[in-house]
Amino acid sequence: MRKFLSRFRYHIAVFFAVLGPGFITAVVDNDAGGILTYSQAGAQFGYLPLWTLMPITVLLIIAQEMCSRMGAVTGKGLSDLIREEYGLRITFMMMALLVIVNLTNVMSEFAGIASSLELFHISRYISVPLSAIAVWFLVVKGNYQSVEKIFLFACVLYVTYVISGFLVQPDWKEAALYSVRPVLLLQKDYLYMLIGMVGTTIAPWMQFYLQAAVVEKGITAKEYGESRIEVIVGCVMTAVIAFFIIVACAGAIYRLQPREIHDASEAALGLKPFGEYAFMLFSAGLFNASIFAACILPLSTAYTVCEGMGFESGVNKRLREAPIFYGLYTLLIVVGAGVVLLPKFPLVRMILWSQVLNGMLLPLILVFMILLVNKKELMGEWANPKWFNFVSWVAVVVIIGLTLAYVGLTVRRVQ
Amino acid sequence: MAETLLYFTELVSMPVFDLKGKRIGRIKDAAIVPLVHPSRIDRFLMGGADAWLVIRYDQVASITLSRGISLNDEQLVPYHDDEYMMRIARDLFDQQIIDVNGRKVVRVNDITMEVHHDGGRDTLTVLEVDIGVRSIFRRLLQGVAPPRLIRRLQHRIPPNSIRWDLANVVEPDPLRRLRLNISYSKLEEMHPADLADIVEELGPAEREAIFETIDSEAAADALSEVDPRMQVSILESLEPEKAADIVEEMAPDEAADLLNELEDETSEEILHEMDSAPKTEVRELLEFDEDTAGGLMNTEYVALHENASVMDALAALRGNEDLLETLNTLFLVDADERLCGTIPLARLFIASGGAKLQELTAETLIQVNVDERQDRVTELFDKYNLLTLPVVDEDGKLAGVITADDIISVLRAK
Repeated sequence: MRKFLSRFRYHIAVFFAVLGPGFITAVVDNDAGGILTYSQAGAQFGYLPLWTLMPITVLLIIAQEMCSRMGAVTGKGLSDLIREEYGLRITFMMMALLVIVNLTNVMSEFAGIASSLELFHISRYISVPLSAIAVWFLVVKGNYQSVEKIFLFACVLYVTYVISGFLVQPDWKEAALYSVRPVLLLQKDYLYMLIGMVGTTIAPWMQFYLQAAVVEKGITAKEYGESRIEVIVGCVMTAVIAFFIIVACAGAIYRLQPREIHDASEAALGLKPFGEYAFMLFSAGLFNASIFAACILPLSTAYTVCEGMGFESGVNKRLREAPIFYGLYTLLIVVGAGVVLLPKFPLVRMILWSQVLNGMLLPLILVFMILLVNKKELMGEWANPKWFNFVSWVAVVVIIGLTLAYVGLTVRRVQ
Repeated sequence: MAETLLYFTELVSMPVFDLKGKRIGRIKDAAIVPLVHPSRIDRFLMGGADAWLVIRYDQVASITLSRGISLNDEQLVPYHDDEYMMRIARDLFDQQIIDVNGRKVVRVNDITMEVHHDGGRDTLTVLEVDIGVRSIFRRLLQGVAPPRLIRRLQHRIPPNSIRWDLANVVEPDPLRRLRLNISYSKLEEMHPADLADIVEELGPAEREAIFETIDSEAAADALSEVDPRMQVSILESLEPEKAADIVEEMAPDEAADLLNELEDETSEEILHEMDSAPKTEVRELLEFDEDTAGGLMNTEYVALHENASVMDALAALRGNEDLLETLNTLFLVDADERLCGTIPLARLFIASGGAKLQELTAETLIQVNVDERQDRVTELFDKYNLLTLPVVDEDGKLAGVITADDIISVLRAK
């Protein structure tokens, strides 16, 4: 019995030791773009889209699990592995695409910062530059452990969505019902929205970030069992937060007047009739999510690119030792924040395009992931078992199919 | 760019001509056979009509950028995978290697080779491993633009290369390491902190390979500099005998801390393999709670009897040469091994040989009990500006010593 207890304690300790990468990655997934999509879903269709959260979570878990497993077993980042197995040219093209995609994503995060703080009457000409500087310093002057603690704290702040979901007093019975009852309306807008939810939930950068974070944290194959649980818990958390966002918008906006919204801050304003707190918490949540993602995206991009291309990287290196790393990192923040301040910049269009590019890059990355995770010489006994391989291929094909459909529909809209 | 240099990216897909000047194929890859020659390109692999053929280095008459490769012997054999070959494109390109001089892990983009003309033959030797932007540029454009143009354009980009003999290839498979004549002996010369940084950047398999191969002393020094979580995974990945060899070479307090972090079974296995002297020391230290003076202290110190003279002290130091690098205090104990004084090492230099050690002791004797809290210990170090602090058990017997570097680690960990 004592032995059992001590083993149990050991596993709990390991769980907390590996806590971080999977959790953070999954939660950051609900960034400015994600919140907008979920808000739109709730505002326009009420509780109907809730059922999609469950399959989305499964897809997310399958993708994330492969990455964290590869990280733990090989001790190498995804871009490292792609480089080693598929050569420089493919890596270069992929990295070039990733930089462009992530740059547009960073723009949408800073746009989220601007619009959320404007709800509190803070001008974007103050909020955006200050946030950009804060983001830059946090990472450049911090180390991975302290940064990770801040990130975990930011994860906790997502609870604001849960509270604001309660404050609008939605119809819980209906919410519960539609969470398990699939409803498929053959309407163009509805389909577009469903696909969009998948598109914003599984993003290319996450795969790179998660695997790199697992490696950075020094998680080994032996601790992988706990790490897998962490990934699953993180993905479920993400779905829970998404659930409350949809429910809040359904309970507030849809109930009064179903309509299309174009901006996450519009959703926050829609909550105003249900009390100042619901509004403020929702806006604060948007700010938290945006700045959180604005911290992680440029950093993850700089890491991924430098590792893949073989440049010195890491926040513990000096500026002179890793010029390309810091250069790229700074460039992403400066450009990402800068365009938000340009009065005539077509930001909404840009964000839509960023989702199109996301969708084009993701299939490539998923295919590489699945090929890599099946390499016996890399993964040894940890390679995919046959049945799981089948499941993952199905998942990947589904994700790719939905993403490409989303891309097609978005391109049509943009034109 | 001197004509005698050739990049591997240029060699790949170079045409090969037979004695009559007829094109018979293109180069696909080339290999070094390290057991035969450490840097000469020994075999060229050519893609012919349907199978790959092997060209030996002495079958090549000339190699030029503009005219490709001409043979002086057409008897080519089909290619079979050969464990003794290090194939450049397959085994080196895009892989991580260790830059021994720059003390970091780098990724191979390209290889610079030199063409030697000797008699009627041209041979290639590997000069440098290319990393950095210039070689990336070269590789991306290879096959897209003519080589001469690439050479001209790349001049604007500063080169970044490592001499071949200072590049250490990392190979996790021990058998293949032997066949490719790869050793890590160059790493043993490095500063342990640099080596620690390097292994932290590598994958687990490569890490294990390095710790398995280098001598236990260098391994122990490097291991104590590695991040604590990684220390655990490294020790767990090694065979218990090798792990025990390394742990024996570590300072007992560090060894005890490390074993404490392992699962009980693993640390028992390692202790079981250790020699009896270091094992008892480590076992004793394992008894103490981690955040007490007992958990911080190590048992490597020099203690003398209270009646000893300076001559005795010098003799004792000669007998403990391995401790000298960090030693700065001597301890005096009475017949019951109870601590009765400390002597700063420097005082020995100005004392006469026959002087009694008792006359040299520091005025106040500062000591702590083995179960003193860690916070209190750091306080004492700060208050009295200590370099070392003796630790005694409940009977006042000297049990061990805490040094300033232990305190720095404690404070850093906070």
